[in-house]
Amino acid sequence: MLGNITLMEYLKAGRPVAAHRPWPRFQLDDRGWRDLTGQLAQSDWSLLGLWADGSEVHAAFRDEETAEIAVASLATQDRRFPSLSAARPSAQRLERTIQDLFGLLADGLADSRPWLDHGRWPCRTPMAFTRGEASAGPVAYPFLPVEGQSLHQIPVGPVHAGIIEPGHFRFTCAGETVVRLEERLGYTHKGVEALMAGRTLPEAARLAARVSGDSTVAYSIAFARAAEAAAGTEAPPRAQWMRALMAELERVANHLLDIGAICNDAAFPFMLARCTVLREQVLAANRTYLGHRLMMDRVIPGGVTVDVTREATAVYRGVVKDLRKRVTRLADLYDDLPTLQDRTVGTGVVSASLAHRFGVGGVGGGAASRGGDARKVPGYAPYDDLEFDVPVHPEGDVNARLWVRIEEIHASLGLIEQILDRIPGGPLARPIPTRAGEGMALVEGFRGDILMWLRLSEVGRVVRCHPRDPSWFQWPLLEAAIEGNIVADFPLCNKSFNCSYSGVDL
Amino acid sequence: MSLARLLLRELIKGPRTLPAPPPGGGGAEVGAGLAGTGRARLGRSLRIREVDAGSCNGCELEIHAATGPVYDLGRFGIEFVASPRHADILLVTGPVSRNMAQALKRTYDAMPHPKWVVALGDCAIDGGCFAGGDAVLGGVRALLPVDLTIPGCPPPPEALLSGLLTLLDLVSGGPAAPLLPMDGEEPE
Repeated sequence: MLGNITLMEYLKAGRPVAAHRPWPRFQLDDRGWRDLTGQLAQSDWSLLGLWADGSEVHAAFRDEETAEIAVASLATQDRRFPSLSAARPSAQRLERTIQDLFGLLADGLADSRPWLDHGRWPCRTPMAFTRGEASAGPVAYPFLPVEGQSLHQIPVGPVHAGIIEPGHFRFTCAGETVVRLEERLGYTHKGVEALMAGRTLPEAARLAARVSGDSTVAYSIAFARAAEAAAGTEAPPRAQWMRALMAELERVANHLLDIGAICNDAAFPFMLARCTVLREQVLAANRTYLGHRLMMDRVIPGGVTVDVTREATAVYRGVVKDLRKRVTRLADLYDDLPTLQDRTVGTGVVSASLAHRFGVGGVGGGAASRGGDARKVPGYAPYDDLEFDVPVHPEGDVNARLWVRIEEIHASLGLIEQILDRIPGGPLARPIPTRAGEGMALVEGFRGDILMWLRLSEVGRVVRCHPRDPSWFQWPLLEAAIEGNIVADFPLCNKSFNCSYSGVDL
Repeated sequence: MSLARLLLRELIKGPRTLPAPPPGGGGAEVGAGLAGTGRARLGRSLRIREVDAGSCNGCELEIHAATGPVYDLGRFGIEFVASPRHADILLVTGPVSRNMAQALKRTYDAMPHPKWVVALGDCAIDGGCFAGGDAVLGGVRALLPVDLTIPGCPPPPEALLSGLLTLLDLVSGGPAAPLLPMDGEEPE
């Protein structure tokens, strides 16, 4: 089976699963899955997601040469499955999560320490058919050993100094220089996936909107598109354009905050103050015209709940014009401050090959030569009708990630204008037919591509839903990026990725 | 544009801060015994330690907005601090995930008396849409005594401001009190 074959050619050897939309899903046998590991080693297939479902595991891939997307599934025997992590290191934490939640064991997984399970739940393997008994108590987490002379450790978190999400960072340093950073997350685990099971679409959509609050619009779009795909329907055109409008407003607001926060962590709070003021312009308009500052729950399965009035269109046009001018001014200011760039240039470098190995998209990928964008590939309405560029920088440092954000803001401002100019008329929502099926969606949030997979029952309830945050593939890059940098530059590096904790802890 | 010119423009334009919302926001649950106790010790200055106990990070975004120049929490004498040892208020977001419960309790225990707990957002109040899950306690009250609740998903910045002003009034023993002298000291 080895050799130069495409993803689809390989998976076609399996059994196609009916009613999986819009991309196909194939059931592989044990051997097919095992061979997949070997095939991955020599194919340019990016791992898009890996999740469990009862006693099955599913892996979504994109063939980077043909842009084909497909899901491979394996019904596990004896609750074990061959690990994909040797060929795709990005699978590691996903497999540890599967072990913790479903009790399915990944054979050959190099690191099989628990990930989300801190030994504090009322039961183990909470999503397995038969749940495990509760742990005796919190498990002592063995951090990876670091050997060498004159090394010391700095434990940080889960409660950090600032107003950010909780997570533990274990730094091993030689003097000021970080030799290794190890992340331990899972503190915000709320059992989102378990809560979604058995819910109606509106209930599950509310949960999906709160997987990672800063990406609420993107998550809602991803959930809605997956649900629509599963039920074999589409949102009306005006709803799709409204979704894009809100998604771009969200992207602009988040990138503004990130740019400000990165500069703030390099001791230049002026930028944070300015960016906050600009961000508030967007959020204030959102509240007035879309009914919620973060636009939570405005995107629903089947469509949207809000529309833009003529007045709103005029206001948003004004905001776009103003932001374009002011963001350019702030970018010029950044470009003009060598003291600031001294902190950001060459700091926290991620190599292009590492970004590729982890299949990372979004800001982290774009700043390391990897310009993946779900709005372009696979693409979804209405972006195929809109013109925009995806910024790509080769350096992979904090500076590059900052510039990707600045350029993405400009691209989004252009998109918002195009949407306001050309948004088609028609209804805002359409009922979702009650039908069993499986759906998947890839949606570009401000961090990168969000994958949403779900299965609907015949009565239209969610049987299983898996949201995969872009941060799954960016968190490990942060561990690599900080190596060899000084401890004082960690906040800067961390902020330049701004990974979601809630999005990966679920 | 140079930094000097940008700064000059800001100076000429004046502050972008919005007027303060009236106090009265949030649901006060401060016990009668607690009200007024902060007056002598705290004046009208409060320090907050924020802990995310499993929020979706939406509440954190709005707290950031509240500390920014537009809502400017600092003008009321309210500041966020890094150490619980320096804090008067524990501001908690999220449904209290079991994985964060111990860290939250330890943060509370590390704070000196008198101290107050504010549950910010629907999740912190009763678990919100995550209530009933095995992985969460379902609100701050399951673990700590709560003095003030600020509802919303997430609460907008002025709700946070208004709620904290309520608390400020309660603990300092009356609305709009001027800076109060410590015992035996004259105000400057």
